[in-house]
Amino acid sequence: MMAGNSLRSWILQALVVLLCGGMLAPIAVVVVASFSGGGYLKFPPESLSLQWYFRFLGDARWLASLWNSFVIALMACVFSTAVGFLAAYAIARGAFAFRNAVVALLLMPLIVPHIVTAVAMYFLSARFGLVGFKPWIALAHSVVALPVVLIILQSTLKTIDPNLERAAMISGCSRAGVLRHVVLPLAMPGLISALLFSFLTSFDELLISLFLAGIRAETLPVRIWNSLLLEVEPTIAAVSSLLIAMTIVALVIEWTIRKMRSNELSTSH
Amino acid sequence: MPLYRISQWALIAPALVLVIALFMMPIAWFVGASLAELGSIDAIWSEAKSVLGSRAILGAIWTTNVIALVVTISALIIGYPLSYALSRAKGLAFSLILICIVVPYFTSVVVRTYAWMVILGRNGIVNQVLLSTGLINEPLNLMYNRLGVVIGMTYVLLPYMVLTLFGAMKAVDSRLLQAAEGMGARPLTIFAKVFLPLTLHGVMAGSLIVFILAIGFFITPALMGGTGDIMMATLIEREIEVSQNWPVAALMTIALLAITLTLYALYGRFADRSGERFV
Repeated sequence: MMAGNSLRSWILQALVVLLCGGMLAPIAVVVVASFSGGGYLKFPPESLSLQWYFRFLGDARWLASLWNSFVIALMACVFSTAVGFLAAYAIARGAFAFRNAVVALLLMPLIVPHIVTAVAMYFLSARFGLVGFKPWIALAHSVVALPVVLIILQSTLKTIDPNLERAAMISGCSRAGVLRHVVLPLAMPGLISALLFSFLTSFDELLISLFLAGIRAETLPVRIWNSLLLEVEPTIAAVSSLLIAMTIVALVIEWTIRKMRSNELSTSH
Repeated sequence: MPLYRISQWALIAPALVLVIALFMMPIAWFVGASLAELGSIDAIWSEAKSVLGSRAILGAIWTTNVIALVVTISALIIGYPLSYALSRAKGLAFSLILICIVVPYFTSVVVRTYAWMVILGRNGIVNQVLLSTGLINEPLNLMYNRLGVVIGMTYVLLPYMVLTLFGAMKAVDSRLLQAAEGMGARPLTIFAKVFLPLTLHGVMAGSLIVFILAIGFFITPALMGGTGDIMMATLIEREIEVSQNWPVAALMTIALLAITLTLYALYGRFADRSGERFV
């Protein structure tokens, strides 16, 4: 489109570099600031140190919230991936009544404002004394993690040839057997991504936790939130950097799996 | 075969039960029970009228829509060229642009908001730089006002715009652009007459998804906004946490849900056309 016009394409390239830089800059700023040596956040830092990381690791309340988030996210990702896998398989293979309505309903938690979901869940939980109960919070997180799992697994299951399943069934495999011995292994890369991203969804979730956590199950985002409302303490930069590192690790794992799979496919054909 | 049908529903049942029991029913129950507190239908009606007549609430609804609109337009202006570059890039350039969009996309919203608080705060980076160069004598107020909210929210919602536009732009057949060029059309003409019309449904879908997410947004406006930037989500939270006025919270929820679901239905019509529907 811009072949004959080098100035125009140069301007576009410069703009794209600028915008991409702008997307990454805020994240880079937090990571750099987390290593600052001074008493408050200065950018660029005058000296480097790990003091904010040590302060985070030496604070029992921060560590407790990290542990709470980890436990809740682990339960939520296993549960939402298991439930989501079964549903995604039925949706991918089935032409059943109300299919579109069911899909729309299951994806709804992504669209409905989280404040509404959180308040409604709080209304329910307060009446049954479930505020602060970790498995319950994990279950609540599963509701918002489920759409993420469905979207990831839908695209994975689409790439699995239904003829493989038919072949297994003709050879005498039961439906459950097909699911376990054919679909599950083939969908494994997608399942790992689903686990990773539903874990992240729960680990980063703030609003539902804010209402359901109480004092007993304060999660990391809730702890950050409470501290941000008071003052911007630099420990948050260290905590944030850990969360950013976790995101990048998840993305690298996901990328590696996809790369391995595409290599597998290209060598097997 | 009927057995097949039954097993389909058995597979989908756990997910359905989860969403109905922990999402649909709680919302219906919260709204229903809160309104029932008022007693009669007449009482609900008069409460709804007084809520809609209240300056604070009307103001919040207005503010919410204005902020959501400005954020949507900003995201479109920034997202369109970014998405165009992504859709035409190959190899390493493609990976690099994608990383710049996907890493923020999957980073916690609280962390991304905090990042902008570090940049725009009173002792933030922008003020430190401007003060040290002598361009200003006292710190600028870049945060705790509408400017801060719009910057923070645009940053958080931009990836949704870029990824939706990307789906529409990737689907454009580059031979159409070459044909237009071959027939002597100038780059701007090609853009206005060929590329833009072909990606317009993506523009609509992306704008709608950003607007939908913006009107229900809580974290960024609550952290970066000032007293004049109370949005609907913040108001619902305050009615419950501070005033414990459940009926008003329920009425606000109905209003927010009505806007969200109407726009979501509209979004579906545009998004289905681009094929790359990811929400």
